[in-house]
Amino acid sequence: MDLNYSAEELAFREDVKQFLSDNLPAAFSDKVRKGQSLTKAEHEDWHAILNGRGWLAGNWPVEHGGPGWNAVERHIFEEECALAFAPRIVPFGVSMLGPVLHKFGNDAQKAHWLPRILNGDDWWCQGYSEPGAGSDLASLKTKAVREGDHYIVNGQKTWTTLGQHANMIFCLVRTDPDAKAQEGISFLLIDMDTPGIEVRPIILLDGSAEVNEVWFTDVKVPVENLVGEENKGWTYAKYLLTHERTNIAGVGFSTAGLESVKRIARAEMAGGRPLIENPHFAARLAKVEIDLMAMATTNLRVISKAAQGQAPGVESSMLKVKGTVIRQDINDLARRAAGPYALPFASEAVDGMNEPPVGPDYAAPVAAQYFNNRKLSIYGGSNEVQRQIIAKSTLGV
Amino acid sequence: MDFNLTEERQMLQDSLRRFLRDKYDTETRNKIIDSETGFSGEIWQEMAELGVIGALFSEDDGGFGGAGFDIATVFEELGRAGVVEPILDTALLAGGLIAEIGNDTQKGMVEQIIAGEIHLALAHGEPGSRYDLSRVTTTASEVDGTIVLNGRKSVVSNGGTAGHLIVSARETGDAQDPDGISLFLVPPDTQGLLITSSQLIGGGHSAEIILDDVHIPAEARLGPKGKAFPALEHQVSRATVALCAEALGAMETAMALTIEYLGQRKQFGRPIGSFQALQHRTADLLIELEQARSITILAAGHLQDARDIRERHVSAAKHLIGRIGRQISEESIQMHGGIAMTQEYALAHFAKRIVMIDHKLGDTDHHMERFIALGAA
Repeated sequence: MDLNYSAEELAFREDVKQFLSDNLPAAFSDKVRKGQSLTKAEHEDWHAILNGRGWLAGNWPVEHGGPGWNAVERHIFEEECALAFAPRIVPFGVSMLGPVLHKFGNDAQKAHWLPRILNGDDWWCQGYSEPGAGSDLASLKTKAVREGDHYIVNGQKTWTTLGQHANMIFCLVRTDPDAKAQEGISFLLIDMDTPGIEVRPIILLDGSAEVNEVWFTDVKVPVENLVGEENKGWTYAKYLLTHERTNIAGVGFSTAGLESVKRIARAEMAGGRPLIENPHFAARLAKVEIDLMAMATTNLRVISKAAQGQAPGVESSMLKVKGTVIRQDINDLARRAAGPYALPFASEAVDGMNEPPVGPDYAAPVAAQYFNNRKLSIYGGSNEVQRQIIAKSTLGV
Repeated sequence: MDFNLTEERQMLQDSLRRFLRDKYDTETRNKIIDSETGFSGEIWQEMAELGVIGALFSEDDGGFGGAGFDIATVFEELGRAGVVEPILDTALLAGGLIAEIGNDTQKGMVEQIIAGEIHLALAHGEPGSRYDLSRVTTTASEVDGTIVLNGRKSVVSNGGTAGHLIVSARETGDAQDPDGISLFLVPPDTQGLLITSSQLIGGGHSAEIILDDVHIPAEARLGPKGKAFPALEHQVSRATVALCAEALGAMETAMALTIEYLGQRKQFGRPIGSFQALQHRTADLLIELEQARSITILAAGHLQDARDIRERHVSAAKHLIGRIGRQISEESIQMHGGIAMTQEYALAHFAKRIVMIDHKLGDTDHHMERFIALGAA
């Protein structure tokens, strides 16, 4: 037992800190700290800065242009980025599609698509969920019918995050309507400029427009855009989901979020004293902080095992549930801490326009973040689906 | 970073687990609980021979461990088997204080402790002190080289069977003042001591002790005059980590029993573990069990740090263990149903032991307040 990082790991952490202090534009971290959305160009700039250092694709092996980090190094990088309020790396190309192409793509696909992800030539989005296929993803209905050198795709995808910026979408489509649910699905790469694709924004309860519906009407997709084998897409999708679960605990986000809550609670006054000294609020805060201390250690236990070559199993589901509940608790505390100034609707605070907020800077985004992050326990396999996975693996009934 | 046990600790864990699995079933434990002393001298001796007590002392003190992870390894196994023998009182609280601040003569006792030859108790808590470590109203006054103790000690774990008591008493200062507290080694047959022993819920005995003009020689003072508090706090933090680990082991057993039962027990024609209402609660308990393990590791790993860091981690751990302990204990009983209400079924002891640990060395509320205060300082 040794809770300390090695000298090499500590040196690496210093490198990451130094890099962020030298290269993270203050305008970006300022927006993240205030809970504002970044523009497409800002996201692309940040990706380019990271790619310049070779750190954009932390989960890629060296042979494909990644840094070849192990789980501990990835964790250190993600944690430092969160603590510095760096923009989140848009995951769809780098974290999701990349690993699928490494494992299942053919040589031509690897040579074409992988460098374009690193260089920012393509903005990928994810075409998984459908109106009738959420937690039960395998019930998806969007169909692709082979006609000569093309598939003809018809159907609808939904919850397509940042699809408004994307020029490419990776999709799960049904290619064999007669097979069992999981066995007739294929994995297709589709150009968003193809005729027949329509993207419609979904306005979320916080007023943001980060997700979309994507409609497909007789969309022609060349057969070389099929990844792996026809009707084997479910296997690739499951592989992708396990990669989506790296950093699933979100320790860095929670740590940074907790610091924000403390900042707000030191500035806000309640009964003539800083809110943070109010025993009731302090107890709520301490409870979450202690939960986070334990969860961060659970996360390190899983990471440390992964770095020794042991694939995480049911632990990912445990971290998903606990990690998202803690993040939501922290959002809840931030909302409460802001008091009445959480009330004014401030879409400008979210969208990054220059209208001054009604109350203090820190109060403007907290209610919107609270509502937006209700998504955490729904996406990536809802927390109920995770509980089911945990129970099944233990009870076996 | 490494979350694996060292080879030595792994061997200790294996041998202790095997020993207790063979020797310590529910029937045996229930007999021990109802015995006159509340512990088995035979089991105690055998555990000492296995090195269980030696693992709690550093090499400098004649043991072969003493670090946070040694304590956690031993007590997780004691908790897993539901052991009621008061090793914590003899070896960690009393033994730890003797090793930390005793003079050479007093330290001679450590060898006997490790060999399992003597039993000790720390007589510190008082009727009004609750969990407040610095509140001591028992007085010590020195008259012509003799010390006279007066006061009352309450819920002194193992106080009725200990060969020596370590009694805390105030030489100067107000009732709450950490400064002015001294410790004294007092044989239980000293004149003026009235010791009344009774059984505890969850195993073990405690004593109510009245000190009425108890005369002891000045050499009985353990550690510096009026300055025993830092050592007291330090040894209590080690014992608190032990309680966290013990609760963790007990929670693992409670969960194992519950999971086994969910698979066996049939109602409405199928195993009750196939009902989603119970599955999701099981998942939540398993998640919290990992949280309990993590916070115990964290506290054990910070036991050798500076005082404020150490105490903040220990309080975080004891708070969370209290919270999760209650959840796992109550849910284990509920999900079992009626069978868990019986004394003879194994779960009963673990459910009680886990909840009663919250009443030792500070409960979940006490340690949350302390965690907050230590963070604000």
